[in-house]
Formats: sequence, structure tokens, C-alpha cells
Amino acid sequence: MIWNKTKECMSRDEMRQLQSARLKKLVHYVYHNTPFYRNKMQEIGLIPDDINSIDDIVKLPFTTKQDLRDNYPFGMLAAPLSEIVRLHASSGTTGKPTVVGYTHRDLSIWSEAIARCLNAFGTDRNDMFTVAYGYGLFTGGLGLHYGVEHLGATVIPMSTGNTAKHIQLMHDCGSTALACTPSYALYLTEQIIKSGIPREEFKLKTCILGGEPWTENMRREIETKLGVNAYNIYGLSEIMGPGVSYECECKSGSHIVEDHFYPEIISPDTLEPLPAGEQGELVFTTLTKGGMPLLRYRTKDLCSLDYTPCDCGRTCVRMSRIVGRSDDMLIIRGVNVFPSQVESVVLELPEFEPHYRLVVDRVNNLDTLEVQVEVRENYYSDEVSRMMDLRKRIANRLHSVLGISAEIRLMEPHSIERSEGKSQRVIDKRVLK
Amino acid sequence: MTIKQLSVFIENKTGRINDVARILGEKGVNMNAFSLADATDFGILRMIVSDVNAAKEALREAGFAVMLTDVICLSCANRPGALSAILDILARKEIFIEYMYAFSEGELANVVIRPTDVEKCIETLKNSASDVVNFNTKY
Repeated sequence: MIWNKTKECMSRDEMRQLQSARLKKLVHYVYHNTPFYRNKMQEIGLIPDDINSIDDIVKLPFTTKQDLRDNYPFGMLAAPLSEIVRLHASSGTTGKPTVVGYTHRDLSIWSEAIARCLNAFGTDRNDMFTVAYGYGLFTGGLGLHYGVEHLGATVIPMSTGNTAKHIQLMHDCGSTALACTPSYALYLTEQIIKSGIPREEFKLKTCILGGEPWTENMRREIETKLGVNAYNIYGLSEIMGPGVSYECECKSGSHIVEDHFYPEIISPDTLEPLPAGEQGELVFTTLTKGGMPLLRYRTKDLCSLDYTPCDCGRTCVRMSRIVGRSDDMLIIRGVNVFPSQVESVVLELPEFEPHYRLVVDRVNNLDTLEVQVEVRENYYSDEVSRMMDLRKRIANRLHSVLGISAEIRLMEPHSIERSEGKSQRVIDKRVLK
Repeated sequence: MTIKQLSVFIENKTGRINDVARILGEKGVNMNAFSLADATDFGILRMIVSDVNAAKEALREAGFAVMLTDVICLSCANRPGALSAILDILARKEIFIEYMYAFSEGELANVVIRPTDVEKCIETLKNSASDVVNFNTKY
């Protein structure tokens, strides 16, 4: 099923013409409405009329997450707040989150993009979804929610947690589709098997998975154990949220919603565009966004693009799986975690030495985060309860900064490697086969 | 009336207690009493040793977190009911004990007590238990 044949199956020429027209309009729009971009363009002597086709995009400046932080909370908005109808936020590295604003039109574009994804996954208005992404500041929950409604299907807003109730509702209501992170899908699979309810009593047939990197092996495991078709959905809040790209029935790469989100692959070192097919950092320009349009936003995600036609009939470019990051960001239980966030917490608490180590693992299909810290000499105690209080103090602080809970491990003095620069602060034991 | 207890923070891993014992052995420090409090991922070794300063220095040098704490060591008769008589007195005066451990030497039993309020504990014992208990300061 193809939701928007006009856009999804356009010839490459027509797509480029559409992208060129939209880029020209966008550059005029941000030049006149976002002082940040006007300044950046003036610095390099660029005026909007210098941009005449999509090929001219390479003349435009890049945008980074640091730019969003520096302009927190509303400096990147092009639309006045009276036009903004929703804000989402992602966790920040220094306590400051990144805020993204949406206009009414942005939200309807987003929902339409997700409807394209859902149709490509073989679902339609006769389906019923449980959405088990977090509802709230994270774009996953509300994004999928309104996408499902736009499709005309039924949505059960489960959000995260409460797996027992989730299984009960899936069973009793006969839901046919599940949207969550791949690791939660694996966990849910186990819990369903544990519940002892026979598989044939569930109507589940489709899984919509995203929010963290996953692999063909995980897909096989979910599809076999759960008896479903599992599809990838990709997105990031800075650009829109989930629905930036999606797999089709061919499951060979994710089609980018190219009429709204223009992709480039650059070398993270030279920042030069790379030829089609080469692996590098993915960069997006939001061609139609009104609230917070971004020029050449560096996602830090590493992948490649494939412009060859797909057997499904869609012509939109396909991106490969994300093979890594060009920065040190970790994705733990679907939440973005930067080691520097942990560092900021450790540094602000006088009870701990300014050294730490993160150990990330996957136990029973759920990500675990252990933070190892050393107590400062004067704060060691002969009483266990005092040591436990110290542990609780840093655990609470980390939870509020990271948005996920971490196991704290108190270490002996000098047991965490001190060497600057190359010291290995992160041990990621998760094997993505 | 108090003696110095040596506490050592150790991660829960095989051989770690032995590291402490070996270092003290090499320095000729004897352990008179020894107790281990454990949480899930760490433990706190508490010891009464023959030379607390030598022990502290040697362990610090080896990278351990070492603390000295004032504790009360009492000697009482090594017979049924003797400890209870002492604890009754402390409970009546509402003296809270953070932790304690004991070891016996023939006729005598030694109890190491770490009360929340050391001074109050000493006063109470001096005033009301001098007949059943002696402060042991030889360690």
C-alpha cells in the first residue's frame, strides 16, 4: 500500500524540481525569520538569491546540536510563539534540554509522513495499534499517536512501562500492530511467552520499531518469536520525530520522506559531501517546516544512501541502517545519553572523585546502564547506610539529568582509569549482531 | 575509654579481603577482631588490629580507602546472658548502636560497639554497669 503515490513515487527529476523550489522558499524564510541563519549567511557572504536549485544546498551553513543548545529555548524558532502549538524536548548534555517547536502545519505534515510509513508497513484504517513509545517530551509517543489517527486506524496510547496491562489490552482488544523500541519488543515477546496465553489468541501482525539502532538478527528474532512482520521507522526530534524515513515491504533500506526532509551524506572530518552510496554522516534540511526549520542539520548518525529504484515502486531515496555515531552519544532504552551528562553530575557532587566509567549492557533484552564512581577519601564511612545514602544521592541526580535510571557502583580509590583523552569512559557490551 | 577501629572499603570481588590480610601480615600487624559488612557491590571491613597506624599507612599505600573510627570495646564474662545485661542498660538509655561484633578469649568475651553517640554510651556504662563490664583498652 502506498499512502501518497504522488510524492512517494515521483520521478527523480520531478523530486529534484520540487526540492529545489522548496529549498529556495525555505532559505528566504529562514533568512528573514531566524536571526541565527541570517547572521550565519551574512558571515559567509550568502544571500537567499544565491540558492537557485537543490544543488546549491552545499553553499549553506551546517547546523549542529550545539547551535540548538546555544539558542535555547526559542532562538531557532522561525515562527512567532503565537504560531507554535506544541513543544517537544530532548535531554541535554549540560542539563539544558533541546526544545523543538511545531506549528499546526508542521504537525499535520508529521502525521501525514507517519501515515506514509504505516501504509508501507501494510497497515491501514482497519488496524489497531498499541503505541509503547514514551508519551511526553519524547517525540516517539505523540508522533506515532497522531500518525495512527491520521491513517484512520485505532490507537491505544500505552506509553512505556506496565507490560502486564499492555499484554492484557493487546489480547482483549485484539490489537494488530505494535509501535515501540526493538529492545522493548523483544522484552514484550518474552513476557507474552511467559504469560502462557497462546499466540493464536493475539491478532498482532506488525511491529513498528525505532528509537534505537537494531540489526537483522534482532528483526529475525522478533519476527520468528512473535510471528509478526517487523519494520524500521527512523527519525529524530530536531528534524521532526519518527517518520523521517521508513521501510517498505522489501525491507532493504528506509525510504526518506524526501519532499520534506532533504538528506545528504557528508564526511564528518572534511564536512564535504560524499558520492552516493558512500558511508558518512547523515545531514538533513527540513524543506517545509515552519516552526523550527533547520538547514543542513548534522545528525551524527552514520549511514549511506541508495538512489536506485526500489521493487516496491517508491522512488524516494533509501538510507541504510545506522551503523554508528560520529560522536559519543549512546542510545540506552531508546533514550539519548551523552557521557558528558554523567560527567556534569559527578563534577557537581563533592562526595565523588571527578572520574567515572559507564558500562552499558543488554540483559534479558533490556539495556542496562551502570555508572562506576569513586567516593572521595573524606566521604568514605565505616557505616554501610552512609555509603548507601551516597549512592542514592548520585543515583537520583543522574536519573533527573539522564531521564533513565542507572545502577551506581561504588569503586575503590584509583580503580577507574585516569589517563586523559584516550581513557575509556564507556564500555558498551551490547553486541548488535 | 575508646579504641581505634580500622575500616576498609572494598569492592565485592574475589581475593580482595585476602589482599588486606596479606598486606597486614607482611607488615607484622595482627588482627584481633574482624567483621565484614556487605552491601550488594561493596563491603566494609572493620578490624581491631595490633598497630592501627602501621596498618593504616600500609593499606593507604596500597590504594585502599581507610578510615579510623572511635569504638568502645567492652570485656564481660563469657557466659550466657552476660551480653544481654549490658544491652539492656544501653536500650533503657536509648543508646542507638550502629553496629557491633564480638570475640571471646577463654573466660572473657569482648564486644566492640559503635554507638551513634560514643560519649553518652561511655557515661551510661560507667554509671550503671561497672559491676558487669570493663572497658578494654589494651587493643
